[in-house]
Parts: sequence; C-alpha cells; structure tokens
Amino acid sequence: MTDNEQIDHLKQVVADLLQEAKAQGAEAAEAGVSSQTGLSVTVRLGETETIEHTSDNGLGVTVYFGQRKGSANTTDLRPAAIRESVAAACRIARHTSADPAAGLADAGLMAEEVPDLDLFHPWDVDVDQAAEIARACEDAARGLDPRITNSEGATLYTQCSSFIYGNSHGFTGGYPTSRHSLSCAVIAQGGEEMQRDYWYDSARLAGELDDPAAIGREAAQRALARLNSQRLGTRECPVLFRADVAPSLMRSLFGALRGHAVYRKSTFLLDRIGTQVFPDWVTISEDPLLPRGQASAPFDNEGVATRYRELVSDGVLQGYLLDSYAARKLGMQSTASAGGVRNARISSSGQSFDALLREMDQGVVITELMGHGTNLVTGDYSRGAAGFWVEGGEIQYPIEEITVAGNLGDMYRQLVAVGADDAIPGSVKTGSWLFDRLTIGGD
Amino acid sequence: MTSQAIAIARQTLLDTPGLSEAHLGQVMDRLLSRQVDAADVFFQYARLESWVLEDGIIKEGSHSIEQGAGLRAISGDKTGFAYTDSLELSHLLDAASAARAIAQAGQHGTEAISKGAPPAALYTPVNPLESLSEKEKIELMRQADAAARAADPRVQQVIVSLVAAHDVILVMDNGGQVHGDVRPLVRMNVQVIVEQDGRREQGSSGGGARCALDFFLAEQRAQGYGDEAVRQALVNLDAEAAPAGMLPVVLGPGWPGVLLHEAVGHGLEGDFNRKGTSAFSGRIGEQVASKLCTVIDDGTLPDRRGSLTIDDEGTPSGNNVLIENGILKGYMQDKMNARLMGVAPTGNGRRESYAHLPMPRMTNTYMLAGQHAPEEIIGSVKNGLYAVNFGGGQVDITSGKFVFSANEAYLIEDGKVTRPVKGATLIGNGPEVMNRISMVGNDLALDTGVGTCGKEGQSVPVGVGQPTLKIDQLTVGGTAA
Repeated sequence: MTDNEQIDHLKQVVADLLQEAKAQGAEAAEAGVSSQTGLSVTVRLGETETIEHTSDNGLGVTVYFGQRKGSANTTDLRPAAIRESVAAACRIARHTSADPAAGLADAGLMAEEVPDLDLFHPWDVDVDQAAEIARACEDAARGLDPRITNSEGATLYTQCSSFIYGNSHGFTGGYPTSRHSLSCAVIAQGGEEMQRDYWYDSARLAGELDDPAAIGREAAQRALARLNSQRLGTRECPVLFRADVAPSLMRSLFGALRGHAVYRKSTFLLDRIGTQVFPDWVTISEDPLLPRGQASAPFDNEGVATRYRELVSDGVLQGYLLDSYAARKLGMQSTASAGGVRNARISSSGQSFDALLREMDQGVVITELMGHGTNLVTGDYSRGAAGFWVEGGEIQYPIEEITVAGNLGDMYRQLVAVGADDAIPGSVKTGSWLFDRLTIGGD
Repeated sequence: MTSQAIAIARQTLLDTPGLSEAHLGQVMDRLLSRQVDAADVFFQYARLESWVLEDGIIKEGSHSIEQGAGLRAISGDKTGFAYTDSLELSHLLDAASAARAIAQAGQHGTEAISKGAPPAALYTPVNPLESLSEKEKIELMRQADAAARAADPRVQQVIVSLVAAHDVILVMDNGGQVHGDVRPLVRMNVQVIVEQDGRREQGSSGGGARCALDFFLAEQRAQGYGDEAVRQALVNLDAEAAPAGMLPVVLGPGWPGVLLHEAVGHGLEGDFNRKGTSAFSGRIGEQVASKLCTVIDDGTLPDRRGSLTIDDEGTPSGNNVLIENGILKGYMQDKMNARLMGVAPTGNGRRESYAHLPMPRMTNTYMLAGQHAPEEIIGSVKNGLYAVNFGGGQVDITSGKFVFSANEAYLIEDGKVTRPVKGATLIGNGPEVMNRISMVGNDLALDTGVGTCGKEGQSVPVGVGQPTLKIDQLTVGGTAA
C-alpha cells in the first residue's frame, strides 16, 4: 500500500467503526486506528546482533450511551474484529455508571483544519545500510579510548506510522509520521570498576540525526567520565541537574498539572492557578504546531485543536493540562491536552553550563537519576543519583551511589537558574537547572 | 491439566485460524532454509478486560484483544525477528523470510530441543474474564470502595481497578515440537487519598494471582485492600522528614523483597553475564552475599503471579538456586544465552508478547527464611530505619548500583519502632549490600501478587518475597541531613 492508500484504508476503518457503533445503538462514539512498520538493527562488538522488523496495527473504539461509556481495542483491523470490538465496548457500557463528565470533547473545539506539520520523512534504509550506520557509531565509541572494553551495542531504529482519529461529531483527522533514532551504550573499565553510559539522537528526518560517530564518541566519553567514581558525605549543598536529566523535573511538573490529578486533589499544585510557582524569570510553554517537532500534533487525542500556550508565564501558573473529562470535572475547558504535553520548553536565565558551574562554586552536578521517588501528591522528592563533585566552579571527580532529596514545590519556587545549554535530544527543551540547597544522602 | 491447556492453545491458535501441522512445517522450513542454529514461532491470543471505579461509580471499562505470531531465527549470537498480527499462512511465511535474513553463513551447533513429557500445569486454564458476571465484578469493586470509605472519615478519594487477562500461547521449536500454555492473570488495586488539616497523602494496596476472579472474594481480599490502602495513607499523614545518610535498615517481609529483584536478580540474568556487562559476571562460586543469604528464583509456585508452567520458549520453569549461603550458584537463562554459555536453559526465557523478543527474566524471586524472630532483628538496632512498603526500584547492571523507594517507613530508636517518616529512596551497590545482611528473619512471606518488571522496554508479571532482614548500613535518601 502507498502511504495515501494506507491513510484512506485507516479512514475507512474509522468510518466503519463509527457506523457500526451507531448501528449497535451508541449515541456517540470515537475511534482511533493506527498502523506502524519499522526496522531496528543492533550492532554489537562490530557484528550485526539483532535485526528486528516491527509491524503493529491497533484499533480503539469508545462508545457512549447517554453518559455511560465503554471501550475496546484490538490489534486486528479486519471487519469481523471491528464488529466484535464495538460489541465488546457496548457490552461494557451496559455496566458502567452514568457519569456527568463523560462524553466526547465539545464539538466547537474540534480542529477545523489539520495543518501539515512536516512530520513524515520515511527513510529508505535497508538492513545492510542500517548496520553500517550502527557500526560506524559503535566503532567511534570503541575506538575512542582503550578503556572502552565492552559494549551493549548501537541500534538504528526507523519507523513510519499512520493514524486516524474520528468521532461522531463528524470530525476525522490523521496523518503519517516518521521517527528515526540512533543510540549507543558502551562500558568503560578501570581495574575492577565497570561503568556504562549511553547517548542517542532522534528526529523526524534522517538528515537531522547527529553524525553516528559523534553519538558514539559522546556515549564513550560519558562512560569514561564515570571511572574512578567516589562516594560523598551526606550534606546540604547546591545542586545542578545537567540538561539531559533536567527534563525529568519538567515531566514531574506536567504530572502535577494533569487534570486528572487536579480533580482527584492528588497534586501538590492544587488550586495554584494565578499564583507564583516559579521565579518571575521562568516561562514554560508548549508548542504543538512546531514543524518537524518530535511531539507535534495538530489536534489532541480527542480531536481538539492544539495551539501554542504558556503553562507558566513570568513564574505564574496559567493553567492545567486538561482533556475534556478533567475539564468538565473542574468546570473548565479542555486545553487540548489529551495525550500529554507537546514540545515543551522552559525559558533560560542565560548562563552556559560552565557559567553555572562557576555560579554554583561548590556542590553536586547530577547526570543520572534512578528510581521512582517522586510523590506528586505531596511534592516530596527523593531519587538515586550519580554525577560529579564541583569545587571552585570546576568539576573535580565523578560521584555515585548518592540520593538527592527535597520538595518539588519548594524546588520550583527556589529555582536559581536554567542554563542556555539546551541542545539535548527529545521533545522537552531545557538547559541545566541550578538549585541553591538540596539534601544529598551519601556516606 | 496440562493436556487441557495444550488442547485449548491448539484450538485457539491453530484450528480457529485454520493452520494445520503441514502449514506449521512450511513456516518452520522457511525459517530454517538458511543455516540457522535455532528458530521458533510463538503464537499468542490474549484477551484483557479492565474496570475502574472512582467517585463511587463504575467509570470505565475496557476490553482488548491482542493476537499475532513472532518468528525468530538465531545464528550464533545473532537474532533475526519479525512478527505479524495476522495468523494467515502467507503472512507467517513473509515474516519467516524477514526473520531468517540474519543467518548468512555457518552453523554454530544446534540448540537443544526440549524433549520429554510436558510439565504439570501450575494453574488452571480458566478464562478469568468469564469467571464472574459483570454484576459480580462490579460488586467486588464496590466492596473494596465501601471498605476504604468506611475505614476513616478522612478518606477523600478512592480509585479501585480490576484487571483480568487470559493469555493463550503456543511455541513451536526448530525440532517441530509444539508447547502450549493457558495463563490466567487477575489483579486488583485500591488507591486512596486522605486529607487532614489541608495535608493530603496517598496509600495503595492490591493483589493478584494466576486464577479466576473469585480469588478476590476469598478471605475478603477486596475489602482487605481497601482497609490496607487507608491504613498506609493515614500513617503517612503523620510522617516526618526521613533521615539522610548511612543507617542500619530493617526491611519488612514480603514485598520489600524488591531489594533482591534489583540488588541481585537483574544482575544474574544470563544475557548480561554472557556479554560480561554485569557486576556479577564471571563470579560463579564466589561469595557475593553474606552467608545468611540463600536466594531462589522459582517459577513453579502454583497460581503465583510470577509463575509459568512453561516459559515463552517452551522450557518448563524451574526452582533455581541463584545464591546459596552467600555463594553465587548460577544465572537465569533463556535458550540462546544458555547455549552460548554452555549451560542448560533454566525456564527463564520470557517475552512481553509475540511482538517482543524473549530474554532471560525473573519469575518469583525470594530469599529463604533465617533464624531470627522479627522483634529480635528490630531490637538489635539502636538508631535506624524500618521500611515495610515500597514503590518500584531500578538497577544499573554494570556498576551494581540499585535503588528502591520506600513509601511506608519508620524510625527505629533504641530497638523500638517509633515515628513514621516520609518515603525515601534507598541506594546501594548490589554485592556490597548483600554482604551487609547481618540478620535474616524466620518470617518468609511472598508479596500479594502485584509486581511488574520492566527490562529493555518489556513488561512481565513477577513475584518477590523475603523474610524480615537487617542491612547493617544502607544510604537513605531523606531530607533530614
């Protein structure tokens, strides 16, 4: 099937699903259908280790009988599966309760047009070419230093997806997308000590991926920099979250702003709209319409038109992340957030990474976070970490087996600086975050 | 019982889509048409149903069907893999052609083929989705909700979830032998939010097993989860800042066994050890834990969430001793890594679904009981932490560093459990921490059937367990420096 035929096919499946839902008595319905194919090639120690051909289809349907709903999904897109899935959803809906907040997103919010965001750039790479690229990446990592003694390999992954979403308001939209990534993980050894680290890049367009050798070298440098890691005494001190781990602090913010957490009163940012939650130089935005953006989408998972918005302006919280359900529960309007935040960015206070080290003078740089110690109900934060000890504004030695702890609400309010060093892969753009005082647990 | 499971698996995955023995032979011939050492075809038909109760109403329900086949060809340590969500012969043959492309030359020694009678089934091949009526499922959730709401007036929010899964699998190995299994799995969870004087805290509790949904009716389990979730949340309302730094830590029995899963379990998976990337690589026969520690991975416990009659490669699961009296005895293996390391497979070859490659994974991992009464262990600590409930954990296989996060913990002062402290992450180095285990309780318990393990993006159900145990020094990540 050509890409256009594929999209037409998926549109037909969605139309059939909505038609079948109506035929089975549903008063409203929504359906999503997707199809994905991909190739993943891993090279380890110079040899092709794994060749994986991926191919996934998925269909999901939700039906509404008044304000009772039921859902079903399957990997099978054939007509029999469509009938069965709708029947399963209808059966479920006979047993759910009437919920005043349930239903499709408001008809007036549907995207009227679906702009082309330039998200589809298939990469016609065959297995041999993919292996060559992965090999070049791993070779660069292994060749950088004799202390790179082992490898978990380098993986090139390329995929193309198409999806269509439609609902009984008459909205139907969808488009093809592509995603390509190259990653490498290697092990550095010094005496008995082994340290692993990795690096990667991902993009909509293959030509926008970093040079394979540069990704490999970065992976190797990261692993090497961990050798001779030491422990650190327990203390309170300044802490700098390097740009590649800082996105996790953004994601915790988004978790705390999720409409479902808000109406359940299970977030430390409850009732904080219009109040100062960050210093006044901080603005946090999402830009779903960014051309070729890794999280771009012209409409959300309910068909609601997306747009640029600021979640935090001059440090003041502007709104939550609401799908139609949470919006109704809270008496607010959907913010087109079904499916999450898209292409988030935080403003920078302007310093380079080195300038932030000098500003910190003495403290800890965190380059790895481990575990799940984030409590979004209270904001209490306690994670395992590794990184570097800094004195006199310069990195002294690597440290590991420490914890970093604080409270996210306090941390956001007391954020000292966000660096201009935001050239990291991924859909959340941020520089490094500097805090004046957090608790480091160690010896 | 096993023959019943195989009959169901053949009916569902071969007869219904119209696949004959001859068709299977054609697919395997295609996979084996170049020089490969091993190949398999994994068929799966999985149904899952989930329900959510919130605000006292049945808010959501969902039904899902996942069906397909994964085809794998192995040559040496190279793997070719393709899968299809269609069980039509032409699609299976296409996938076989794609998968075999890995094998270009040379044969490295053919993989052992499982022979002998299939093992006795460890669970009944029921379909848990149909084990209770919809009305009964809803009543079950309402019982848990009512128990939580009745437990304390400070309860603000109760969310109950109920999941039933029916997983039918069939594996054909390169000897043409077909292995089948029918795997029921049920899971229930209660999450609450409590509020007092503007302070909010959460608690959650749940359980599960490989059986029908009436598991939750027995022993008033549903109500028990509601009560337990509220108890945990109320404890946290009074919690103070946790300490930071190195402390003696006493871990309670059961679910805190997530320690073993992270500190030693992952590091003993065969793939990492074949590649030499684990902190435990090349250390068989060495002392890697204190003499008090005997750690088992046991997939053969009847009805347990982590158990498997056969693994996803058709190998019967085992009761595998990983560490005995502190000495490292063996790794957990799938077929490929076992062959490459020259050992026998241990029944730990697992995959999330037909669309994922199998690899060595844990089943139920636990430590055997020791000599001490739990009170004796707590009584031996002057100042320390007593941690009884945990969220998830994570490990860096290579450096051995692992974390796990407590969400219910108390101070131990002068040998007594005193004030509750807030959740905190604990961090250590696997082999070091295991060597610092100085007391092991006589109260071995397994978790309630809630564990899910993630590795390389694949999730599989697992179990953990341990008796009360004492770690002389462990870094606690609180805020009270």
